[in-house]
Amino acid sequence: MALLELRNLSVTFDTASGPFKAVDGVDISVDTGEILAIVGESGSGKSVAMLALMGLLPNTATVTADVLTFEGKDMLKMPRRDQRKIIGKEIAMIFQEPIASLNPCFTVGFQITEVLRQHMGMDRGKAKTRAVDLLKTVGIPEPERRMSAFPHQLSGGMSQRVMIAMATACQPKLLIADEPTTALDVTIQAQILDLLRDLQRDHGMGLILITHDMGVVAETAERVVVQYAGQQVERQHVKGLFRTPHHPYTSALLDALPDRATGDRLPSIPGVVPGQGDRPEGCLFNPRCAFADDTCRKVVPPHQSDELGQALCHYPLNRKGAAA
Amino acid sequence: MSPIIEATNLARHYQVRRGPFSPPLILKALATASFTVDAGKTLAVVGESGCGKSTLARLITMIEPATDGSLTIDGRVVSGTEDTDFRALRSLVQIVFQNPYGALNPRQKIGTILEEPLKINTSLSADERRIKALDMLREVGLRPEHYGRYPHMFSGGQRQRIAVARALMLDPKVLVLDEPVSALDVSIQAQILNLLADLQDKMGLTYVFISHDLSVVRHVADDVMVMYLGRAVEKASKDEIFAHPRHPYTKALLSATPVADPERRGERIKLEGELPSPFNPPPGCAFNPRCPLANDRCRSETPEMLPAGGATVACHAVEEGRDTA
Repeated sequence: MALLELRNLSVTFDTASGPFKAVDGVDISVDTGEILAIVGESGSGKSVAMLALMGLLPNTATVTADVLTFEGKDMLKMPRRDQRKIIGKEIAMIFQEPIASLNPCFTVGFQITEVLRQHMGMDRGKAKTRAVDLLKTVGIPEPERRMSAFPHQLSGGMSQRVMIAMATACQPKLLIADEPTTALDVTIQAQILDLLRDLQRDHGMGLILITHDMGVVAETAERVVVQYAGQQVERQHVKGLFRTPHHPYTSALLDALPDRATGDRLPSIPGVVPGQGDRPEGCLFNPRCAFADDTCRKVVPPHQSDELGQALCHYPLNRKGAAA
Repeated sequence: MSPIIEATNLARHYQVRRGPFSPPLILKALATASFTVDAGKTLAVVGESGCGKSTLARLITMIEPATDGSLTIDGRVVSGTEDTDFRALRSLVQIVFQNPYGALNPRQKIGTILEEPLKINTSLSADERRIKALDMLREVGLRPEHYGRYPHMFSGGQRQRIAVARALMLDPKVLVLDEPVSALDVSIQAQILNLLADLQDKMGLTYVFISHDLSVVRHVADDVMVMYLGRAVEKASKDEIFAHPRHPYTKALLSATPVADPERRGERIKLEGELPSPFNPPPGCAFNPRCPLANDRCRSETPEMLPAGGATVACHAVEEGRDTA
């Protein structure tokens, strides 16, 4: 049984110019001790999908899903009170901007002990000892002294470590990391990714890594979900995805990476991700796709088989036997 | 080919006041950097935040004067002299900033944004300015109808095109690109990098490309300069630096950069700790607290940029041959 099972998740926002579907029919399942990466450009709905799971979206959002279970418990039917016992404790999340995610008015120590007292019912002393331990685990030097530091006194990398300490305080079974290293320098990024991987291995956590950086995906993830304009266009094992991408978008995205470029010019994808006003008919990728024909422009494509990475495409690439 | 930019021991210090009664601190944002860039080439400046790469950009574009050292652009001395004709010089060097959302005035139409440099620096008539702006729009891959629109009507990639267009309005020889693609998505990033390469071929531009993303640098650069805490630590041609990094920091930086190839997950050189505070840099080599090769000499004596193989490196370990052990 999967740790988290999400089927046909859709999120619609009410906007002044009508409803906008930010996430459209996304399926996600994560097992214990697994690293799943969700990749996509801005506007692909990768963060919104996870925020919906955490119940962090504003009132203008309508979230629907066929199945939403965590450890077999149906979270859709659960009262809000019970949901809150899982969210933040069993499922924790860290965000892109570590400095913006911490409350500038309270010390780091207060913010970590708050989690422990709320969710674990610890008393002040116990919570403090545990918080110091946590800061030590995430590699913060002089943890006792840092307990009384305010967020502005910490660097970006340090704040992200504090966020990770806070998120892992209740030993969650699932950690969602939303672009955890995008705001950080490369050498610090390497440290944070190593830390996340170590924590994930030591505690057997499931980890969902949301990122736009294909390099980070290649180095960290086991399975990858590619999203485009709110839809899930491909899901594959990481090696297969980089070797034989099946969806034209995945393939074009990989070709556009400077690391993989062979010539002087990069093969870029023309155009931009469609927004609210300019959603094309048929396949959402068709205006930018090199392989699109009339079928793609009219008919919404189906998900292909598992062997073809469930590609959301009429003509998936790298079919067995076809190319060679 | 003669170099178009020549910088010798360029430095920029800031005085930071701490209060009415304590003496101001000196912040060496750029401690020292010497380099040359040949016309039509791309020099990439690489480093993490706080290494002084944006300060360097501000010096080259003459937004700020250097506190020390000399800078020559296109044969004319920039720093030091009071009577330099900055207005003429400044139109030679233009800059494109990282964040295209913040770099354009939201209350000005694209046409106004593009024509403003011409209005200030040339005596062209309104019609001539308009024609030039429309030509430039086409040059950077935008359409003439974009002339009358406002910045908020454009996507990030298009805004970056507008910023490039504005920088090119005065026919500069040097373009300083301060992280031009790091705010953009991968597919858009590729479009902008291609545009920059096309423009360079067509107009013979010289680029100073500032970036922290080594995979982008590998794609665009001819020469690479790696900086750490206000100092250049290694300088070499692109092929040399990626094939044989010499400075321990360059090595760590290269190995920390994620490679988009899951088959090549290797062991990384792990750097402990973070960048030290620039107010209180460690004595000796600035990298010594994080360096695996540091010894007593590194902790007391600041290394000079010395030639080593095909590169110039500021490292005692490389100089003494300790790095290969």
